Amino acid sequence: MKNDESSIKDEPERRDPASPPLAGLPLETFVPGDVIHTPPEYAITETDVHPLGGAELVSGSSLWTDAWRRLLKNKLAVFGMVIVILITIASIVGPAVVKAATGYTPDFIPSGNAKLLKSFPPFTAPDGSFSLTHPMGTDNQGRDLLARVLQGGQISLMVGIISTLVSLLIGISYGAIAGYLGGRPDNIMMRLVDVLYSLPYIIIVIVLLSMFRSQTARGQLVLLFIALGSVSWLTMARIVRGQVLSLKNQEFVLAARATGVSTLRIIFRHIVPNTLGPVIVYATLTIPTVMLTEAFLSFLGFGVQPPLASWGSLASDGIQNIAIFPWQLIFPGVTMALTLFSLNFLGDGLRDALDPQMRTF
Amino acid sequence: MLLIRRCEPSNSLASKSKRNFMSQTNGQLLEVKGLRTYFETEDGTVKAVDGISFALRRGETLGIVGESGSGKSVTNLSIIRLIPNPPGKIVSGEVVFNGQDLLLLSAEQVRRIRGRRIAMIFQDPMTSLNPFMKISRQLMEMTQLHLGHTRAQAYEHAIKMLETVGIPDARGRIDSYPHEFSGGMRQRVMIAMALSCEPELLIADEPTTALDVTIQAQILELIKELKRETGTSVILITHDLGVVAGMTDHVIVMYAGKVFEQAPTEELFSHPGNPYTSGLLRSVPDPTDEQDQLYQIPGLPPDVAHLQPGCPFAPRCERAEEICQREFPPFVQLSADHFSLCHFAREIFGESGGAAR
Repeated sequence: MKNDESSIKDEPERRDPASPPLAGLPLETFVPGDVIHTPPEYAITETDVHPLGGAELVSGSSLWTDAWRRLLKNKLAVFGMVIVILITIASIVGPAVVKAATGYTPDFIPSGNAKLLKSFPPFTAPDGSFSLTHPMGTDNQGRDLLARVLQGGQISLMVGIISTLVSLLIGISYGAIAGYLGGRPDNIMMRLVDVLYSLPYIIIVIVLLSMFRSQTARGQLVLLFIALGSVSWLTMARIVRGQVLSLKNQEFVLAARATGVSTLRIIFRHIVPNTLGPVIVYATLTIPTVMLTEAFLSFLGFGVQPPLASWGSLASDGIQNIAIFPWQLIFPGVTMALTLFSLNFLGDGLRDALDPQMRTF
Repeated sequence: MLLIRRCEPSNSLASKSKRNFMSQTNGQLLEVKGLRTYFETEDGTVKAVDGISFALRRGETLGIVGESGSGKSVTNLSIIRLIPNPPGKIVSGEVVFNGQDLLLLSAEQVRRIRGRRIAMIFQDPMTSLNPFMKISRQLMEMTQLHLGHTRAQAYEHAIKMLETVGIPDARGRIDSYPHEFSGGMRQRVMIAMALSCEPELLIADEPTTALDVTIQAQILELIKELKRETGTSVILITHDLGVVAGMTDHVIVMYAGKVFEQAPTEELFSHPGNPYTSGLLRSVPDPTDEQDQLYQIPGLPPDVAHLQPGCPFAPRCERAEEICQREFPPFVQLSADHFSLCHFAREIFGESGGAAR
């Protein structure tokens, strides 16, 4: 079996991209009359193509590009995305614009003029005539409702996003480590999640918020981020763990281990990026859930404290006067509902775009 | 380290005595002695690898052949300690690499050897590259990790490696994702990755099984060529006897977690000394012979969790006699380098013309 090198060596320009798929190349090299032969039917396989097949692909057609293209085909998701972006921009720059146009800040109470210290309907001046000063009217103390709704949007979105980030951070790390380690550590970690899951989380949040009640409104806000984040990571941990369980037995993880990559690096550089599809989807769907919870808490008086406002606390203020001043409830309520709808549409769209095979969670 | 692995307290002592041993390992790169890897399952202990011994000299290629489930892959995962634990466990044995028993090293020490000095190529290039990482990052990770390259150095090295394995326009292709490459190209990338730290030992676990035949030949030729240039030793796991014939210096035939026959390649093919090897050789179809039916070894590989006392191959063996059911066969030396696990090794070796040599 000494001539094994020569016969394959003779093949013409093996690495030339222009050469045809090397038909007629002997599979193996044998001494004539040897016992071993290439089975002819084996040699006809057409499973693969040109040796350089797929080489002439368009560059940049990454998984993300494909997902993005699929997302853009979904009209509802695009609608949701546009609304979310508009509301976000409006919330960020809105209060400044309102101040520049009308001189009203979200917490400006026109205390100098007793006539202004009451609630006006939208587009109405104190004398009952049409006015652009307060497009959403004012609240009981004469504060501009548009400015307050926009500022409330800032707080509500911030609560939604930051709490979701907190839950992402905890959920991904916890789930990925549990899933990758498997066995007993996994068992202990996930049973803890089960226990936390079985507790009514809204009560935990209320207990957390009232136990550590902060003196300042901003302190209370930070507490709210932490409280909401620390209860909403449970599902995230489960999702990530499930993904990691199926990924960790894939060959590329074994290959990474065989190249001497450390365990932490395998978990966070090799496995976690592969779970991002479902994680992004779930995160997008977590934001509205957290915002709703925040609104609920603020409605009960546990959430955002005055002078800060969120959509929830604005609605809470508004509901007391629903019969007389319905706009105080309608504007924050509708804005919030629109945002939540949009986020859910976007989340559903992302799910379809990133996970074409998996339609349900 | 989060992975809890076997770590002997007597580590430093052991390695000291091994270092003395190193000077005596003339040309011996790897020596596996009595390796046993068991898996604890609900069905009982699966003896996936049960007392394997072999040696590999520098620059040599060793073929490991056997049916699915014969323990080929487990043997090699045991060598670099990648057996999932639990349920798997290396029960006993030694894996002496460069005079150092890898089974005595700490997990961290083994991690530094993996990829740097012992590299692996896997069966399916479609799944053994991370789909979310660019080729460049996967290649760079190796040299940044083991050779301390900076990003720029690693990037240039990665391009050089891709060129070495024959990927055209390496510079233009390096930032692609794995799915933009075909199967053969991905296997080339795997080889580039495995060789980028110039390992002393390359373990190729069925590197061509998932590829079509023309690509197979290219990949095998590439491995052979790179081996010639770098002097790397290779362990080639395969169930394709043709590949073994063309590539290896020595062959080990495995069955039920045991070495059934061990011989220089040429001798194994011309003068097999074991009925299982003869069976395997006969199962390769012969296109010049107009037979209607292809030969196959009757029966299925045994359940290694519940082995009977006798020879594990006995129920399928044409030559089996009463003693085979009863007694485990001896490991018979047939010539200088030729061993066979069979009660009738000498007879079979003689019939195949081996004794005449």
